[in-house]
Amino acid sequence: MRVTIEVNGRRTEEEVEDRTLLVHHLRDTLGLTATNIGCDTTSCGACTVLVDGESVKSCTVLAAQADGAAVTTVEGLAEGETLHPVQQAFQDHHGLQCGFCTPGMIMAAVSLLEANPRPTREDVRTGLEGNLCRCTGYHNIVDAVVAASGQEVPR
Amino acid sequence: MGSMIGASVTRKEDPSLLTGRGSYVDDISPPGTVHMAFVRSPLAHAGIGNIDTKAALERTGVLGVWTAADLAGLPNSRSVPGMERPCLATGKVRFVGEPVAVVVASDRYLAADAAGDVDVDYEPLPACSTTDAALAPGAAPILDGLPGNVAMEQALAADDAEAELSAAAHRLQLQLVNQRCAPVPIEPTACLADWTARGLTLYLTTQAPHHMRNEIATMFGLPQQQVRLVAPDVGGGFGAKASFYPEFLLVSELSRRLGRPVKYIETRSENMMSMVHGRAQAQDIDVGFDDEGHIAALRVRITQDCGAWPDTTGVGLPMLTSFMSGGCYKIPKISPSFRSVVTNTTPVGSYRGAGRPEAAFLIERVMDRVADELGIDPLDVRRRNYIQPGEMPYATQFEGIVYDEANYPALLDRLLEKIDYQALRAEADRRRTDPNAKLLGIGFSTFVEMGGFGPTPLFEQFGFIGGWESANVRLNTDGSAVVSVGTSPHGQGHETAFSQVVSDVLSIPFDKITVLHGDTETVQEGVGTMGSRAMPVGGPAVFKAAGKVRDRAMRIAAHLLEADPDDLELVDGRFQVRGSPDSGIDLTEVAVKSLKPHLLPPDSDLGLADTAHHEPTNLSYPSGAHCCVVEVDRDTGRVDVVRYVAVDDCGKVINPLMARGQIHGGVAQGIAQALLEEVTYDEDGQLTTASVADYLVPSALDLPSYETDHQETLTSFNPLGAKGLGESGATAAPQAVVNAVVDALSHLGVRNIDMPCSPQRVWRAMRDAGSARPSEVST
Repeated sequence: MRVTIEVNGRRTEEEVEDRTLLVHHLRDTLGLTATNIGCDTTSCGACTVLVDGESVKSCTVLAAQADGAAVTTVEGLAEGETLHPVQQAFQDHHGLQCGFCTPGMIMAAVSLLEANPRPTREDVRTGLEGNLCRCTGYHNIVDAVVAASGQEVPR
Repeated sequence: MGSMIGASVTRKEDPSLLTGRGSYVDDISPPGTVHMAFVRSPLAHAGIGNIDTKAALERTGVLGVWTAADLAGLPNSRSVPGMERPCLATGKVRFVGEPVAVVVASDRYLAADAAGDVDVDYEPLPACSTTDAALAPGAAPILDGLPGNVAMEQALAADDAEAELSAAAHRLQLQLVNQRCAPVPIEPTACLADWTARGLTLYLTTQAPHHMRNEIATMFGLPQQQVRLVAPDVGGGFGAKASFYPEFLLVSELSRRLGRPVKYIETRSENMMSMVHGRAQAQDIDVGFDDEGHIAALRVRITQDCGAWPDTTGVGLPMLTSFMSGGCYKIPKISPSFRSVVTNTTPVGSYRGAGRPEAAFLIERVMDRVADELGIDPLDVRRRNYIQPGEMPYATQFEGIVYDEANYPALLDRLLEKIDYQALRAEADRRRTDPNAKLLGIGFSTFVEMGGFGPTPLFEQFGFIGGWESANVRLNTDGSAVVSVGTSPHGQGHETAFSQVVSDVLSIPFDKITVLHGDTETVQEGVGTMGSRAMPVGGPAVFKAAGKVRDRAMRIAAHLLEADPDDLELVDGRFQVRGSPDSGIDLTEVAVKSLKPHLLPPDSDLGLADTAHHEPTNLSYPSGAHCCVVEVDRDTGRVDVVRYVAVDDCGKVINPLMARGQIHGGVAQGIAQALLEEVTYDEDGQLTTASVADYLVPSALDLPSYETDHQETLTSFNPLGAKGLGESGATAAPQAVVNAVVDALSHLGVRNIDMPCSPQRVWRAMRDAGSARPSEVST
């Protein structure tokens, strides 16, 4: 079927097999390979993107379901050379190691801050529960998200 | 020397990873790439009958289906001689998930469809899903050619210490289980082979590209130069990506046969059954001690489950456990022995710590049990047994196992400065009498582990060419530098850390240094990243190579300045004569002139580049003191870590920001082992934790914030003084948590709880102790 999706501000229109998952559409059809796949049970959140502003696990959505929607991936966050505040905070606070969960984690964090601009550490932990990171132990990710909200991070 | 070593600089790696411009294997798709999928065994043990591939082959877009019979002549993976694994199951399947056939199709969905079309007849055989079953009288050998299911058996002491144990005033037996865990890097196994007339290019998510290059070249009989092995960005490894997987051989062979790039991306569910598991060790422990808690003798009998195919990284695990079983304590007699047992389960290999967490767990549980038996504080027992700083380096009773410089008592003192132990104790006591309060438990782990693998004689036992590491440093004529390293990072931040080292040695800006790794075409030589070896083995190679370049530049500078090289110093990127800073020359100018033969001393090599290897003369022994405080819900048995404090000694800290990150990640995996994670099989050998919906990888909600600190006791065994720290957290944390949980319940009579300390298990322990509920305590 034909799907029309606005991806990172650009209109895309492609013919896809009905069963194509959004994440495979992004990666394989559109060549946007930032969004990773870490599981097959909607558990890890590596594939998190924003669909019409809401964070969504793109391995559990058909491309067809996103027809007519606006999708944002981590490729669409930075303004030129300037990182998005969440991206910058992840660097400043060493919120990533291998980087594989990072695109999804950042999109989940962006969505979290949209809903809750001044989260507590517990809010961040709760909000990111659906995103698994195996490297950092989460401490620095929590620091990064709190910092990205403009709040002081105790050290 | 400058000041980059020891600075918390942010990582060079991050901008590309943060913007999604990293490049993992699945992000790479040369034109014409086709996709491989497996037909995997649904049974743990069975004979393979007819394999019907007709329906699969009839699908449009399917390029082929292959079984073991179609791939006769392909070599087996290296392992213990006689136990080498074929790339597809041959005649029999031996664990759930073992590949039986392989399909290639034009897209990944089609490949999965076609794999589902393949019909395999199985003749079920009795399965041994545990070592007990595999060792039972009458259990049939799982591997052909073995008389039973013991793959390896060894005693590491002359006798079983019975004399010393019998002579001790007190004697105690413990049975501990270090349960099977899954490494679960968030990127599963991924490989892409492109075999052309010029040779094979193989992209792998691996920790050891040069090692894999050597293995693949040997298997195909190719010159090593015709195999280009690329480890691009690697999404975590945790030891499991140090193993050679049959998939690597298959994508290569099928690319050769099809004349197209062939890609294989494992699903998570496949990963749970295909990637090596870790730990899977049971220990029978006998300890003898005196009235004050001095340990007189320790006997450890280890049963290691090595899964269906002994893995080269896995067979040595119980040996490492044996070596480290005495921990940081002076124990006059240690008698370890082990047997590695084949079972109908996923092969067991290295997982963060690989054999040492099992040792640290056992000896730290022993310390707490001895303290409990004698009614003295667990920290007093530890203090009375510590190897003292003045005794370092300390030769253990095991040949070649020599602990390097450390100060175990000071680590504990430093830890105690951060916690108010007496107040915590008082609070724990108070809560025991308050029926409305959660129980509080305090657990300690004062540990030593093993890092910096080789040296070569040890490391070659795991199948590696050597235990050294290699680095090349080249200074360009614009003053920038390129550092090529044989280590292969998968999240550790080598580009940043090695740049810091080179920046200091060569006095050039951090931002002007580029680190290359993970590609055998651009990096001269290497062994890989595992066993906490990058900084203690790779670091010195970088340090030495940079030093050689500096010395060479200094000789040229001296010639140009008509000075004695011994009179020169390198300050802020400039060679100058000591005492007369006006007389000098910039390093960049030296780099330019190093390519002008007429300006150089006679017989000089052109350019400023050099290679160095570092062969460690000893392993390193990172140590630390960790404290965990837990709350236990009396009604549900749920355990929450409310405080985790870690003081580590990894020798020289190159980058405190990244060092903390390594400790955090390791501690997280250790807490997860203690509380959440366990790979389980049913009695038929069915994997009952076959996805991350069933296998409990912790989320942010399951883990605490961590308090960390470092004590720097430099090792004298390498020029950087670094010991490594990637595995310390995972080695330290499980027993800190379990000791805390047992402490919280000790007044009820609970003496041990197996990992993971799940709510159900903890609740049962409280119930079985007969006084789970405070109301029951008071009546």
